[in-house]
Amino acid sequence: MIDLIIALIKVVGIWSFTLGVAAVMTWVERRGAALIQDRPGPNRAGLFGILQPVCDGIKLFTKENIVPEKADKVLFNLGPIMFAIPAFSAFAVIPFGDRIIIGGKEILLQISNIDIGFLYIVALGSLAVYGVIIGGWGSNNKYSILGGLRSTAQLISYEVPWGLALLGVVLVYGTFNLREIALAQQGTFLGILPNWGVFHQPLGFILFMVAAYAEANRVPFDLPEAESEIVSGYHTEYGSMKLGVYLFGEYVNITTLSALTVTFYFGSWHLPYINMASFLGDGTIIYGIASFLIFCLKVSFFLWLFVWVRWTVPRFRYDQVMKLGWKSLIPLALFNLFITTLFIQIKYYIGG
Amino acid sequence: MENENNNKKIEAYTGPGWVLTTLEMFMNWGRQRSPWPLPYGTACCGIEMMAALAAGYDMARFGAERPSFSPRQADVLIEAGTITKKMEPILKRIYEQMAEPKWVISMGACACSGGVFRTYSTVQGIDTIIPVDVYIPGCPPRPEALLQALIMILNKIGKDHPYYRFKSELEGNL
Ligand code: SF4
Repeated sequence: MIDLIIALIKVVGIWSFTLGVAAVMTWVERRGAALIQDRPGPNRAGLFGILQPVCDGIKLFTKENIVPEKADKVLFNLGPIMFAIPAFSAFAVIPFGDRIIIGGKEILLQISNIDIGFLYIVALGSLAVYGVIIGGWGSNNKYSILGGLRSTAQLISYEVPWGLALLGVVLVYGTFNLREIALAQQGTFLGILPNWGVFHQPLGFILFMVAAYAEANRVPFDLPEAESEIVSGYHTEYGSMKLGVYLFGEYVNITTLSALTVTFYFGSWHLPYINMASFLGDGTIIYGIASFLIFCLKVSFFLWLFVWVRWTVPRFRYDQVMKLGWKSLIPLALFNLFITTLFIQIKYYIGG
Repeated sequence: MENENNNKKIEAYTGPGWVLTTLEMFMNWGRQRSPWPLPYGTACCGIEMMAALAAGYDMARFGAERPSFSPRQADVLIEAGTITKKMEPILKRIYEQMAEPKWVISMGACACSGGVFRTYSTVQGIDTIIPVDVYIPGCPPRPEALLQALIMILNKIGKDHPYYRFKSELEGNL
């Protein structure tokens, strides 16, 4: 019973946390764009326009709900839901802190500590494409279909280097369990560097980042919604809150991807060179909160990186995206995997 | 008979109650701060519209960001430029595709009245095709004028009664 309540609290907490982060991100994105483009940006709603997401929400909720006459009603309504659900569910296996021990009971700061966390993440990542293709097909609009198809092709091609890059980390730490991967990043590597995934897998990290931007449909890979070519892509026919769910799902997606980056490559809740567990006491509440805050800090940097890149680089052409995916990223990812296995074998024979 | 009804109405207030008016205020507050524009630039006025959207004037301050090129997602149609007879059905269709509530700004002399093009091929004012909320005179108007028009639209949204809109739509009066 008590386990159930704890699990419920964690689910609700993380759910509202991702929702809140996604809402704040729409504001960060708009103000960040303004900052980069040297203009004030939205500043009429609340202090510094911080209530802008609320205003957008109210407006979208009270707008007329149009379902095009020729659209497939079921698929049209299913699209946004299919898009949002995988985005939210992926967070379930990501550890957002270490653990708290209350009265001899261990509470992991993670919704579910499953052994196949890595496979779960990769599987859900590929599910997201259904929301896009169903929405694009259901709208019965040529631009929507083109956007949906582009997105499918792009997601499927970038799924491969994305997964292969992550596989490198899995090989290094020898586990599919995300919590164990996070725990293994404590300490130092080669005596001077923090024992983080990024130092074990520098090439893998770069490949993962590039593929992650493509997975999230963000600039420079936002071809599914390239305005100058296909209006708004797969959500051309969507208005009101259904559009809101699509736009929101994108921010939830990038939150998840940033959290994944931190978990796999940047030591999750660990500070470099400092063993916090021995410092604050393993399992105390203050340690739990501190580890959560460190995790949040790292995630927010990667969230900002998403915004930064979006307003800095232009969009690729479609064939360039495909070329980059199949001719550069996948061979490099395979090479990375090969080198990693080689080193692990050598270490095994030398070090025993 | 008529008088009696009126008297009754005065005695028992029949307008929307506190809940509805507060809800309306809330909705208007949100809508006022997030009017996504649909830039419909067909001629030289479009350049001034771009200037209003860009860094110097920054229409995004009012929440008018994310120019939506899909009419389903836009709130304010900014018609900037000459509308020819060929363009007429397209403009009408775009307007009809927009989701309620929607507002229209007619920017420049051409959009308001045909301007200098008093010819067989030009529509003499877009208000002959679609309803217009704010007219901006000038050839072309400065970006400040567009910002003023946007503020006028925002004031209009503030005075709006979403409830009555909805009600009259239900009764088929709109
Ligand atoms: S009003 Fe003047 S500037 Fe504007 S579209 Fe017409 S001719 Fe061009």
